[in-house]
Amino acid sequence: MSIAMPAAPLVRIINVWKRRGQNLVLKGVDLDAGRGQVVCLLGPSGAGKSTLLRCINALEVADRGTVEVDGAIIGCAMKDGKLYRMRESEVSRQRADIGMVFQNFNLFPHMSVMDNITDAPMRVRGESRAVARDRAQDLLGRVGLAHKADSFPRHLSGGQQQRIAIARALAMSPKLMLFDEPTSALDPHLVGEVLDVIKDLAATGMTMIIVTHEVQFAREIADVAAIMANGVIIEAGEAKEVLTQPSHPISRAFLARSLREGH
Amino acid sequence: MHDGAGLPRDMAQAPEVLAPAHVGRWFGVLFVGLIGAWILHQLLTNPGFQWLVVAQFMLDRRVLAGIGMTLELTVLVMLIGAVLGIVVAVMRLSADPLLGLCAHAFVWFFRGTPVLIQLVFWYNLASLFPELSIGIPFGGPKFYEISATVAISSFTAALLGLGLNEGAYMAEIIRAGLLSVDPGQGEASKALGHRPFQTFRVIVLPQAMKAIVPPTGNQVIGMLKYTSIASVVSLQELMHSVEDIYNRNFETIPLLIVAALWYLILVTILSVGQAYIEKYYSRGWTNSAPAAA
Repeated sequence: MSIAMPAAPLVRIINVWKRRGQNLVLKGVDLDAGRGQVVCLLGPSGAGKSTLLRCINALEVADRGTVEVDGAIIGCAMKDGKLYRMRESEVSRQRADIGMVFQNFNLFPHMSVMDNITDAPMRVRGESRAVARDRAQDLLGRVGLAHKADSFPRHLSGGQQQRIAIARALAMSPKLMLFDEPTSALDPHLVGEVLDVIKDLAATGMTMIIVTHEVQFAREIADVAAIMANGVIIEAGEAKEVLTQPSHPISRAFLARSLREGH
Repeated sequence: MHDGAGLPRDMAQAPEVLAPAHVGRWFGVLFVGLIGAWILHQLLTNPGFQWLVVAQFMLDRRVLAGIGMTLELTVLVMLIGAVLGIVVAVMRLSADPLLGLCAHAFVWFFRGTPVLIQLVFWYNLASLFPELSIGIPFGGPKFYEISATVAISSFTAALLGLGLNEGAYMAEIIRAGLLSVDPGQGEASKALGHRPFQTFRVIVLPQAMKAIVPPTGNQVIGMLKYTSIASVVSLQELMHSVEDIYNRNFETIPLLIVAALWYLILVTILSVGQAYIEKYYSRGWTNSAPAAA
């Protein structure tokens, strides 16, 4: 439209469809995330939020449509105007630049905290042990667990494990962070410490897409909020508007219920 | 809550919890002691055991050579079994239907036929294929050719028969181990950018080992003794060496004791080794460190 192009969004999700068994879990989803933006995905369970998030790093590959991160189509290659699925080894190169934090932490139980964090930088990026360990120690300090480097995940609380998982993802210096309900598996009194780490991260300008049930948290942190239901985004826009004055009746009902439940 | 809540109480006033009396255990001790005494009495006084002959043949050169062969065969068969097992298990779990079918067929066939038949079959391969060659089948060129009677010795027959069979069993053990690992582990590894083989070798397999080692230890111990079946293709392992000796001097019982004692010694050593390996692969899973504060 104009000659001075606005910076292209870091993430572009364009008309993504996904079928699982008999069900269509994603029915033509479009969503953008600008550089440095925090996008929160909310909505009732079964809406397709996690599936959409997992399409962004190709843990699941969409049946139709494209996901672009930093201008590159994820998990597929365009050839003669047609999309072909990439080989896993090629996808892994793309995934290295996209951090992901899971609901169940998924730390590697057979490795110490330090090895959990340094393994991928050394093995995937080819960093030296010394460099990787230095940065791991920095990151552990940032998430407030500098003294836990030699512990094993099983001996840490859920909140500590999730903070380690965030440090592990950050160790790859990702250009994008994905969070899949990062506090849903935590005891209520441990939720705060994980949310604080995510808030700190948002303040550094990291681009983040967060699937969450914590409406209050989303209000504080999100630039953009998108509400999903039944495989489509029913409402998206500036977080303050969407999360305080939703226009769609389903979003209204969802937000009212979430706030009543004390989230 | 009574009035003194929070105040220290007198420990002597709290009734102590005692273990119940074990009347039955005394009968048990008597019974087991009686059987033990009878076994010991027999071992010491029954002339049929001929302990002197046992002692004389325990370190006999032929017996020691037999042990060497038994160990060599066990190690090689288990190596073949483990490598085949990993390959077949991964094939079976892969999304590729052709690989899955091949793996399934392998396990079906080699687990479904008796080892004895497989051993004798390989030993007699020459009557089915007098010449073994590598090349294009149905009349194509041959790159390498060897007479089957030369290629198949009793050792190679034992290696093939036992190894292929073991591969089928190990495939199932390894498959079960791989399935026991939380799928979230593979996803977390992929999300970090690990390539598929790295995910398998660094994340999934080490965690599967926790479930793979105990039954594999069982297989090794079983195989150590099972190699004695190779005596049917006249391989000079421990059992066959002992048979050779008692076929000549007719001291059957003492020589069987020699073999049994050696198997028992070797199995004991293996069991200790297994315990150490299990401890190694349970890293991060023990409760030794204090729980999180």
